Amino acid sequence: MRFWDGYKGSSFLELLATEHPHVEPDMRRWFSELGQLPATAHGTTCIGMRFADGALVAGDRLATIGYQVASREIEKVFATDEYSVMAVAGAAGPAIEMARLLGIQFEHHEKIEGEALELEGKANTLSQMIRQNLPAAMQGLIVVPIFAGYDRRRKTGRVWKYEVTGGRYEEREYDAVGSGSIFARESLKKSFQPDASRANAVRMAVEALKDAADEDRGTGGVDLERKIFPTLKTCTSRGVEIVSEDEIADAHREVLERRRRPEA
Amino acid sequence: MSFPFYVNPEQMTQDKAEFARKGIARGKSIVTLEFSAGILMVAENPLRLQKLGEIYDRIAFAGVGKFSEFDRLRKMGVQWADVEGYRFSRDDVRAKALANLYSQVLGEEFTRSLKPFEVEIVVAEVGVDDLVGHERNALYRVGFDGTIQDQEGYCAIGGSVDSLQAHLTANYRSGLSLGDAVRLGRDTLQRAENGQPDLAAEKLEVAILDRTRASGRRFRRLSADEIREHLGA
Repeated sequence: MRFWDGYKGSSFLELLATEHPHVEPDMRRWFSELGQLPATAHGTTCIGMRFADGALVAGDRLATIGYQVASREIEKVFATDEYSVMAVAGAAGPAIEMARLLGIQFEHHEKIEGEALELEGKANTLSQMIRQNLPAAMQGLIVVPIFAGYDRRRKTGRVWKYEVTGGRYEEREYDAVGSGSIFARESLKKSFQPDASRANAVRMAVEALKDAADEDRGTGGVDLERKIFPTLKTCTSRGVEIVSEDEIADAHREVLERRRRPEA
Repeated sequence: MSFPFYVNPEQMTQDKAEFARKGIARGKSIVTLEFSAGILMVAENPLRLQKLGEIYDRIAFAGVGKFSEFDRLRKMGVQWADVEGYRFSRDDVRAKALANLYSQVLGEEFTRSLKPFEVEIVVAEVGVDDLVGHERNALYRVGFDGTIQDQEGYCAIGGSVDSLQAHLTANYRSGLSLGDAVRLGRDTLQRAENGQPDLAAEKLEVAILDRTRASGRRFRRLSADEIREHLGA
């Protein structure tokens, strides 16, 4: 490792690029030499929303390759640090790697500078990563994340969505990404209440994922047979917290109860 | 054609060492202690420029001497650790490897460059109870010339290190509570030649590696209020 003349900034990504270029794969070269990519796993529906205490992010657990199941319990919602969460839809490999790198990037910056990035700075960091992924996205490895967190300076939850160009849009209420996102958004359009309680936010998210799974074959809902539940994480002044499976199961039961048809 | 004039290597090494020692002795000292629930670092430092730092999940850094030099070493440690953890796994980042790296860098700088580093550092690693092979705490002290020492229980760096070390030897026992450890740390720092007789909480920089945290980042700074509470009891 070079010492005095080595990289001196606070970015882990730049550190990798300047000091350890061999660690990062050269996507451009891959594609020019490989041509078409073989089929890879894709993750599907994720939701982000604001509620009274902060922000809530949810994702189903299914990953597919084409029309087949790649994994029934893949994780798509990642805590990137104590107060922020990233959820990913799209190409599972690069997406999960991006979440991991983002977490390291936040921690690295905090340790080098002695101070954590602002939530908006974190959202912008992700924007740059997505922009860098553009060549891979052009080949079909599209990563579409939702980023959410608790802004400790403004004492509120915040949610951002992204597009492949790195475009970053802050959402005041909710948004969804992935193959079932249309249905999840439609569901939330009707159920969403601003400043909802935590319990209500959990119920809205579970219902939206259920609706998405109902209409979209790529989205997994609540799998009662295998006891696989979607992942829900909240970002509040207490930091990132995982919503327990019992709570999710209760919310799911409530939705089922409400929608039950009368016996013929 | 000009020839560089001859310098006796022994003389040169001695001169450099004396220069580095003088530089280090001018600064304040730092005490590192193992206590019942982790590792504690106490520095006399009223400034916002910190001498204690987080390297990785279970590894902390302390440096005395010239700020620009030990802070560069600290940042280099963070870079090394984050790359290592990214390439392999978080448990693969070990203090021993980092202390060796520091030892090499400092050793090389000492022989090669005209001005040696005026620093002394400690690399501490807290153990985990349920990770086989990682149970023990580790303390490494690296000197300005790259000398590396594996320390048991406690260690002091900076000016008047001998009297500090003697005070620790006489008063340290294993299994100290956090409060006892903070007080011993403060009392030890007061023994330094350039130390102050009544070190208040505001003049101390205190950080711990918390063994009781089940996972993730164990490094935590104590606030002035927390320090005051521990000193007062």
